[in-house]
Amino acid sequence: MTSLKPPELKPNDFIHGESSFSAPGIARDDVEAVNRAKPREFYAPRPAIYPKQAHGTFRRIKWIVMAVTLGIYYALPWIRWNRGPDLPDQAVLIDLEHNRYFFFFLEIWPQEFYYITGLLIVSALGLFLFTAVAGRVWCGYTCPQTVWTDLMIAVERFWQGDRNERIRLDKQPWGAVKIFKKGMTHLSWLLIGLATGGAFVFFFRDAPTLAAELVTGTAPESAYFFMGIFALTTYVLGGLAREQVCIYMCPWPRIQGAMTDRHTLLISYRPERGEPRGPHKKNDSWDGRGDCIDCQACIAVCPTGIDIRDGSQLECIQCALCIDACNDIMTKVGRPANLITYDTVAKQEAKAAGLHEPFRPVRPRTILYTGALVVVSAIMLVAWFNRTLLEINVLHDRNPPYVQLSDGSVRNGYTVKLLNKRPEPRTLLLETEGLPGAMVGIIGVDPSEHGHVHVPTDELREVRVLVSVPPAEAAKLGASSTPFWLVLHDSENGTHTKRAAKFQIPQPRHDNGHEKEDNHERH
Amino acid sequence: MSSEKPLVEEGTGVTTTGHVWDDDIREWNKPLPKWWLYSFYVCILIAMVMWYLYPSWPTLNGYTKGSLGYSQRATVAGEIAAARRGQDAFRKQLESAPLEQVKSNPELLRFAMASGAASFQTNCAPCHGRGAQGAIGYPNLNDDDWLWGGTIADIEQTLLYGIRSDHKDTRVSQMPKFGTDKILKPDEIDAAANYVASLSKLPSDADKAKKGAAIYAEQCAACHGPEGRGNTELGAPNLTDGIWLYGSSPEQIRQSIETGRGGMMPAWSGRLDKTTIKSLAVYVHSLGGGR
Repeated sequence: MTSLKPPELKPNDFIHGESSFSAPGIARDDVEAVNRAKPREFYAPRPAIYPKQAHGTFRRIKWIVMAVTLGIYYALPWIRWNRGPDLPDQAVLIDLEHNRYFFFFLEIWPQEFYYITGLLIVSALGLFLFTAVAGRVWCGYTCPQTVWTDLMIAVERFWQGDRNERIRLDKQPWGAVKIFKKGMTHLSWLLIGLATGGAFVFFFRDAPTLAAELVTGTAPESAYFFMGIFALTTYVLGGLAREQVCIYMCPWPRIQGAMTDRHTLLISYRPERGEPRGPHKKNDSWDGRGDCIDCQACIAVCPTGIDIRDGSQLECIQCALCIDACNDIMTKVGRPANLITYDTVAKQEAKAAGLHEPFRPVRPRTILYTGALVVVSAIMLVAWFNRTLLEINVLHDRNPPYVQLSDGSVRNGYTVKLLNKRPEPRTLLLETEGLPGAMVGIIGVDPSEHGHVHVPTDELREVRVLVSVPPAEAAKLGASSTPFWLVLHDSENGTHTKRAAKFQIPQPRHDNGHEKEDNHERH
Repeated sequence: MSSEKPLVEEGTGVTTTGHVWDDDIREWNKPLPKWWLYSFYVCILIAMVMWYLYPSWPTLNGYTKGSLGYSQRATVAGEIAAARRGQDAFRKQLESAPLEQVKSNPELLRFAMASGAASFQTNCAPCHGRGAQGAIGYPNLNDDDWLWGGTIADIEQTLLYGIRSDHKDTRVSQMPKFGTDKILKPDEIDAAANYVASLSKLPSDADKAKKGAAIYAEQCAACHGPEGRGNTELGAPNLTDGIWLYGSSPEQIRQSIETGRGGMMPAWSGRLDKTTIKSLAVYVHSLGGGR
């Protein structure tokens, strides 16, 4: 693994050696040019990493998290949820064909996508909070890249053995055994990839139906396409690229630096306890030396190929496997555990100075993140509980804005959209409110229905609505544009919803007035 | 530019190109990464394959057609034909359905309205306006006043054969030019105009209107009816309502009597197919004034 640190400098790299002898009385800045004019390799090949199997608490936690997250991913589309005869019975379904998103008891229409936006904001703030308290727990335990890479490495270990065996295998010339072991590894990776892609498409179409279609080869082309894409990306990103995704492709390691601070729990080596490090023979004294016996176990298990003893670094996904590896060794040599552990910079500095500093999870940063999380969640909940299952959208005709009828009535036309978000068909009554004498006519709806519109289950119906006001009432409307309500009643359950609209009448025209005056003069 | 023996960079072994500009400017010979270079070569190959498969190079009198025979025009034509085929079921249904039944079939109504609205914008909007709101001399199709009848069948007939068009089945009538042809004297026209205004309760001179009533009974009642309610058989407008195709000011009414009126609407039967005309009739009837 190439480190992103500046190249190590040797004394003869300094071109102007004299500068270290500054004049007496002039302080010398302790600074080094990072991008020094020194030949550097632009393209370095990636040295292979052979993560060793770790055993311990954190490895166990990671197995459990892997089982749970993968379990959710693969099983979720198969959970059924009864929504009545007209709607799909899949608990989690992104129904692109009908533009609906189902999540257990929730159902979202495309124009309500802001609920998803809110959910994403809540997730982001949650991620901020977790990162501020305990560093990259997302990266270390639950990120799909980490989970799948972990799975791919486990598969690799199953076919090719642990670290040393794998190194030996790679050095061996190609033969039947090597071809078999490598071939089975890649085949397993591809099958895992295919299963990943296969599970993904089930979120977008009824799972049992799609499964049958996939087997018989009658599924939509897009299903095969996305299965292929996900199979390939899982194989490439999880099997081949692994830690390179985290180090070079993912923006999160760059961003997370803004969320962590001196009080954030990070996986840290305790130099004050470990140094000076060095090999240790049995029965040697531990006096005058650190607990680190430089066994490199922490490096061997690391999936990103770093040395945690160099300190916090960008490549570290904080998977905690080095803690397990080190504790294993510490137990063996009879020293206290947790030479590598979750620790904060503040605590370490205090300890080095002989002071005590507690872990501070509650601090302005975390309070701010929690506050933002609470506020956004509250907004989301309020919005959700005010969500209507009946909606009406009204668009006034622009051209013509009004029509004068032969008896002197004025008529306005509206395009009205009725949204029935209930899992059953509804018959809705459309009326006006606040417009005396108004009569409602609906194009395509028989007058004998008396303004009742039938809207099928979970659908939107668009109707053209004509509202007429008789001459006597129209004359009473003072302004050229009168606000009123279009009200939608559901007579079955008594609910109603309304939408503000405007009724327009001809504006008294100035030149008409002149004509009348002229007329008058003539008489 | 001069040449020299390439210099070698210490440590990496990278050389210069051996070219020197302005005495001291040299260029490191650091080639592009392999993956980049090979991607570039592959792109060139792909381009050559594309030249062979698709239209690419212009020639003096055309262009190279490519082995696939691909053409964007043909693709569009195909898409239009496919869309037409998609409409076929509806078009057939619309063609055979009696006009009155179109409105009771929601699916058919939606198709007819959409196709009618599109045809209206192309063919009818220039005179009747994009909202069918009309103008002086061009009827507003939203209101409930119809010169030649407002049932869906009436509207279809008007669409098919036009009004005062060159079609043999056209709707036709002529309002005499009472002034221009010296049928009435100016003061008689003035009297008749006042009477007509009084019919729809517009401001008028009672004495003149009284005199005009006699003239109306003699000259106008034959077409416009004894009470001025008009006659859709003859395209004679109702003079008692609030809608005036040529304006309701005294000057406008007087001018209508003096010079006569008679708008012209083309016959669409030879220009649009039957189903299009049918959907136009449905659309216009559904604008709100249909009877």
